[in-house]
Amino acid sequence: MPEISAFAVLFAAVFTNNILLTNYLGMCSFLVVSREVKTSAGLGGAVIFVMTATSAINWIVYYKLLIPLQLEYLRFIVFIVVIAAFVQLVEMIIERVSETLYAALGIFLPLITVNCAILGISLFMVIREYSFLQSLGFGLGGGIGWALAILAMAGIRQRLASRSRIPRGLEGAGITLIIAGTMALAFMGFNGMVNLQ
Amino acid sequence: MLVSFIIAVAAVGAINTLLAILIMLADATIGNYGDCKLTINDAKELTVKGGKPLLSALKDEQIFIPSACGGRGSCGLCKLVIEDGGGDLLPTELPWLDADEQKSGVRLSCQVKVKRDMRLRIPEELFSVKQFSATVSAINDLTHDIKEVKIKLSEPAAIEFTAGQFIQLEVPPYELTDEPVYRAYSIASDPVKQDEIELEIRYVPNGICTTYVHKHLKEGDEVTFNGPYGDFHLQPTEAEIICIAGGSGMAPIKSILEEMARTGSKRKAVYFFGARSKRDLFLVERMQALEKELPQFKFIPALSEPQPEDNWDGETGLITEVVAKHVPDASGKEAYLCGSPLMIDACVKVLQEKGMSEDNIYYDKFA
Repeated sequence: MPEISAFAVLFAAVFTNNILLTNYLGMCSFLVVSREVKTSAGLGGAVIFVMTATSAINWIVYYKLLIPLQLEYLRFIVFIVVIAAFVQLVEMIIERVSETLYAALGIFLPLITVNCAILGISLFMVIREYSFLQSLGFGLGGGIGWALAILAMAGIRQRLASRSRIPRGLEGAGITLIIAGTMALAFMGFNGMVNLQ
Repeated sequence: MLVSFIIAVAAVGAINTLLAILIMLADATIGNYGDCKLTINDAKELTVKGGKPLLSALKDEQIFIPSACGGRGSCGLCKLVIEDGGGDLLPTELPWLDADEQKSGVRLSCQVKVKRDMRLRIPEELFSVKQFSATVSAINDLTHDIKEVKIKLSEPAAIEFTAGQFIQLEVPPYELTDEPVYRAYSIASDPVKQDEIELEIRYVPNGICTTYVHKHLKEGDEVTFNGPYGDFHLQPTEAEIICIAGGSGMAPIKSILEEMARTGSKRKAVYFFGARSKRDLFLVERMQALEKELPQFKFIPALSEPQPEDNWDGETGLITEVVAKHVPDASGKEAYLCGSPLMIDACVKVLQEKGMSEDNIYYDKFA
């Protein structure tokens, strides 16, 4: 277990080790849903919830069930099942609370299930041997970091759409990837503050 | 070995069961919208179970709203006015609603879900839409990919429709679908024939309904459909008629022409039919017979890619080019178009260039 406080893990997961900008995980929905701040905020919120909840539950399942039974090799299947169940839950909640958001997120809501960032968080937490609290911080931080990145991207894209002329060949995914790269460079400025592996 | 295998299965099973119970609980609480009251035209009240799209909730109550795409939000036909209880406008509806419609509460009933009590306006004529059970009386190949399906009505035994309208055929669950789906097809037969209708159905690879019709449906099979729907029909004027169709777009135009022939219409009419090569052309004899029955009617088939073996000496080229060649001046005439959205958009453009006003162009897009 690394000697680092849960809060530091959270901070690191948001800034220095942003799962999206340093590991480039969870790209597909990041590229497609980041057109508007409002829907991005909705998806960001959903990802925060799913990541935090699944990192906690997956920690319990892994250390209290899979390890004692020597079933570590099942972690991929089990983690995905837990994630799928939670996404289902989030879907029901969002549909109840905001139909507009539900329709705007469309297919990307159920697709959180296969958002690699979420499985990535659960797997990193196991590989890095985090304690329960650290894992919670890691999950929450990872979610906040992902939401922060997509919100920033949506803000930039909204401005871009109204003010700048983008070369035709770069419209859509092209310019978005360039922005993502620039954002990743900017986030490198946080490096050295806290370091995860 | 066996023990560890059993432990693994039991562990995964236990986790899955727990999660399944959690989801069932959530479905019973968060996903449960209870009973909702629908008030239709301030007169009729229905109680339905909440959570379903309005379109299917109404269908369960035997109220059939037209929909060509079967509820995917891709045809924009299932519009109705929701005065209260519809919630916010959804992004999936926006492409189909203009500013006026948005203001007056028009919504797509396949996208809006019933979650609370609602007040609706449904046009009275839709209450005349019925569900029919029927038997397939004949299936004929019109071309290599278009079949003519004749359906004999049993209950109710007759359907009243105007030439140009369509019905929705129900596809029961089979390999490609787990639940019944509905697809719209125009009626090709003369409306005077109320006990049997003809459909022309073109095979679309992996299309749920077309695969069912082409690969599974046999003569003597029972089918269910509802209808009639649609406001594509001949206008009661004396203006000259230009019909343009491609592929299975033949159907509603044929129905209109058959009716004109029966009633002895004297209107001047020309019918452009576009196909790729001779093997995509069908019902040519029937159209030529109609030319004899209707003195003022002319049928102009056109091939865009005639094959050498076709020995084609008729019109060639894209349908738009052929229309442009034969119609120097379209002002004051009426156009009836039926076919793919691409073809229709291109033809509308040509007709407008030739001086036809948009109000005189009627079309049925096969979306």
